[in-house]
Parts: sequence; C-alpha cells; structure tokens
Amino acid sequence: MIEMHDIWKTYADGTHALRGVSVRIDRNEFVYVVGPSGAGKSTFMKLIYREEVPTKGQISVNGFNIGKLKPRKIPYVRRNIGVIFQDFRLLPKLTVYENVAFAMEVIEAPRRIIKKRTMEVLDLVGLKHKHASLPSQLSGGEQQRVSIARAIVNNPSVIVADEPTGNLDPETSMGIMNLLEEINFRGSTIVMATHNRDIVNNMRKRVIAIENGNIVRDEARGEYGYEI
Amino acid sequence: MKFSTILRHLREGAKNIIRNGWMSFASMSSIFISLFILGIFVLLAMNVNFMADQIESKVQIKVYLQTNVEEAKVTELQTKIGNITEVSKVTVVSKEEGLQILKEAMGEENGDWLEGYNNENNPLPISYVVDVYDPQTVEAVAAQIDSINKADGTNPISKIKYGEGYVEKLFKITNAVRNIGLVIVVGLGITAMFLISNTIKMTIIARRREIGIMKLVGATNAFIRWPFFIEGALIGFVSSVLTTVVVLICYGQIIKLTQLDLSLMLIQLVPMKEAGMMAASLILIIGTLIGIWGSTISVRKYLKV
Repeated sequence: MIEMHDIWKTYADGTHALRGVSVRIDRNEFVYVVGPSGAGKSTFMKLIYREEVPTKGQISVNGFNIGKLKPRKIPYVRRNIGVIFQDFRLLPKLTVYENVAFAMEVIEAPRRIIKKRTMEVLDLVGLKHKHASLPSQLSGGEQQRVSIARAIVNNPSVIVADEPTGNLDPETSMGIMNLLEEINFRGSTIVMATHNRDIVNNMRKRVIAIENGNIVRDEARGEYGYEI
Repeated sequence: MKFSTILRHLREGAKNIIRNGWMSFASMSSIFISLFILGIFVLLAMNVNFMADQIESKVQIKVYLQTNVEEAKVTELQTKIGNITEVSKVTVVSKEEGLQILKEAMGEENGDWLEGYNNENNPLPISYVVDVYDPQTVEAVAAQIDSINKADGTNPISKIKYGEGYVEKLFKITNAVRNIGLVIVVGLGITAMFLISNTIKMTIIARRREIGIMKLVGATNAFIRWPFFIEGALIGFVSSVLTTVVVLICYGQIIKLTQLDLSLMLIQLVPMKEAGMMAASLILIIGTLIGIWGSTISVRKYLKV
C-alpha cells in the first residue's frame, strides 16, 4: 500500500529531514508515527500525501510512484488519500456541510450523491445536526470531526493524520481516536503522527519511531516509549 | 468538465462574493472609484474634442468679388469653386445680405454709421462663403480659389480671406488639447487597472490558505481557478454597471444644467446618446476585463502552493 525505499529528504537550507528510510505499510494497517519534535515525522507524513518529494529514493502510495508524479496528476492521487491536521484546516467561510461536500465536488460527483454521502459521513462523525454551522461556531473537537468527515467522504484507501489530537483535551481526543479506529475497521489504512503517550499506550497498534531522520524502532503492538 | 460542474463554478463564484462580503465591497469600491474618474475624464475629453471640432468648423473662407462683376460670372465662379474637391458648400452672399450682416455685426450702437445706405446705393461687393470638409485644408483651398481668379485674366475676385495666421494658431491649440485629453485618459486607464488588480490581489492573498486546503483535498488547478475567475468577472461587471449608471446620470444632469448657458456661447456638449455609448462600453469592457485579469493572475501565483 505505502512503500518507501531508502528515502532521503534534504531541504533547501541543508537540513537532512530523512536519512535513508525504508518502510512498508500494508492495506488496512493502523500505524502510529512517534518521535521527538524535528525528528522527521512531519516530513515522513508529507511525503505520503505528496506535499514534499524525496530528494532520493522511491516512494509508492496505492501503487503510484509518487516521487516521480507529474504535477498535473497530483490532485488525482490526493483524492485517494484523506489528510487530517492538528489545526483542522477547514475553509472558514463554508458551512460544515459545504466543507465536507467540497471534497466530493472536486471529483465531480453528481449533486444528489454528494448530498446523500455528505450527510452520511456527518452522521458517522456525529455532526449531522450541525451541518449548517460555520467552523468558527464549533468546538475544537467538533472541527476535527468535520475535517475527519472531509477526509473520509471519498472513501480513500489511506488516511494521513498529522497530530490530529494535538489541540484537543484528553476526553475529546479519545472520541477522535474511536472515530479513527472505526474508520480503520471500515477498511482505510491509517498513518497517524502523534505526541500523545496515553493514546499510543492505550490503543496498542504498530508504532514506528523516527529519530534524527531514521526509523529507530518499528513494533507491531508498540508503546510510545518516550518520557513526555 | 461536466455541465453540472460548470453550474457549480458559477454558483460558487457568485456565493464567494457574499461570503467574502467586505473584501468584495473593497474591490467593488476600488473599481467603482477608478472607473468613475476614468469615465468622467473620457466624457471630458470627448467634449473637449467635440468643442474643438465645432470651433474648427467655424473656419470658413470668405471670397469678395469686384463690385462690377456680372450675374453670369457670379454663378460661373460659384460652380468653379464648388468643384474643388475639398469644398463642401459655396454660399452666395448678395449685396443686400452683406449689408444686413454688416449692420448686425456692428450692433445697434454703431449701426447708425450705415444709416444712409440702402439697396440703391449699397457699396458692398457680392461675396461667397466657402465651407470645406476638413477645416485644416483652408489654406490650400484659398490658394486654389486664387488660381481660379487668375486663370481667365479678368481677376473678378478682389479679396480672399480665411483668417491667415490666426487659423494656424487655432489648429495648434485644438490639436494640443486633443492630445492632452488622450494622454490623460490613457494614463488614468492604466492607473485604474493597477489599482483594481491590486485590490483583487489583496483579496486573493487573504485566501491563500483556502487555496492550499483545496489543493490538499485533490482539487485540480482549473477547478480552483474557475470560481475565482467568475467571481472576478462578476465583481468587475457589477461595479462597472454601477459606475456607468452613475457617470451617465451625472452627465445627464450636467447637460441639463448647462444647456442654456452654453448655447448662449454657441457651444454644444456631446449629446447623451453618443457620449453614453462610448463611456458605457469603455467602462464595462475595462471593468470586466480587469476583474477577470486580476483574479486570474493572482490565483495562478498561489496555485503553486
């Protein structure tokens, strides 16, 4: 599903974010990516949704060699990857419904189907009743639920979540995690970068630890492994 | 692109104007003010040009005959002058008419100087008033009339007058005025374009994040661009319609208010219909194009996010 082979990433300022990372994430896995700040987690995530290209090495997602993708093709690959961020990244002037529907308009789905499917996922994340609200009228947890709804509305095979609970209190975080687990059960691969020790230790999944641009640990039902 | 997607872009473009209320308002005001100033100057330039035309058209050639020229010769000469290509009209002014005109020109106070003269002892010669198509050719036409005069040896014409020296100066001034008007209008047009495209750029910089999010969800560049394009065109079009209406109402009022005063000075303003067509089409085209252009350029820049 996601395969990286000897991936190097050096930024223009000379920072070596990744130094020869090789990893394979299979269909329907749930993977935590952990590690100290600045270790290369974010770069690792960005490579998956083609926000960054590797300096060296091969990366394929859903069978596409995305390191060598033509810019014109990028949107089509992204449609099969749902992305969730710490800061939600909702369109501030669109309602909850419009935010989620946007991802479907992009693939030119018929209006009738957009309506049906959008309400369906909003129901799944428990926000059907707030479909007409603006993001600014929602709590942080609710906004994250909207961004999850947007990420899954097109049934992507991969969900990339970059610290999805980073801005949320523990209780809300658990709600979000249950939702992600549910989505994983329904068949999506989930790659989630996190600093949240409790979540990793309570919901045991595969853990990939990145330090200093290298994978230093890769355990099937791992622990967070850091003090903070 | 599917038809439903085109409809979607139209819908989104229109909705975006409302969603970004204040920004849309700012763009519209900036377009309105720029085009308003431009519109006023276009009308001003048109009128200056129009007045210059009117003044120039008053330039005529006066041809005075000798006092003893016969009837037949008068008609013959009239035809000959009329046959010059540049000449549009030759009017014969009889002795009686000449006296009448002179009396009027001297006014009531000095009119008594001519008191004793009547149709019997009228000392004035018969004359022609020659109109030309292009006033700038009067000098050449006058020369041609002079050669007609010398052609048959009898020299029936005593004097040819067209305001030598004075006419050349007049043309210099009217030409300068026309050019200055054109320069101002072009300059203002360019300024308006910069002002407006800057405002639109600002509104799009504010939405850079938005564009980034759209790209993350997998929107193609064209998909992102279309609503912005429609939004820009709509903003440009709506504000230029508003500008046109206001400019023309103002102009209508000016025509109404000044009609009496100006017609006393024998000056006319460009009629509403003609001025309106010109100003409206100019404003509408520039406004809409600038709206489209500004949004397209700015979006292209941020599509690289």
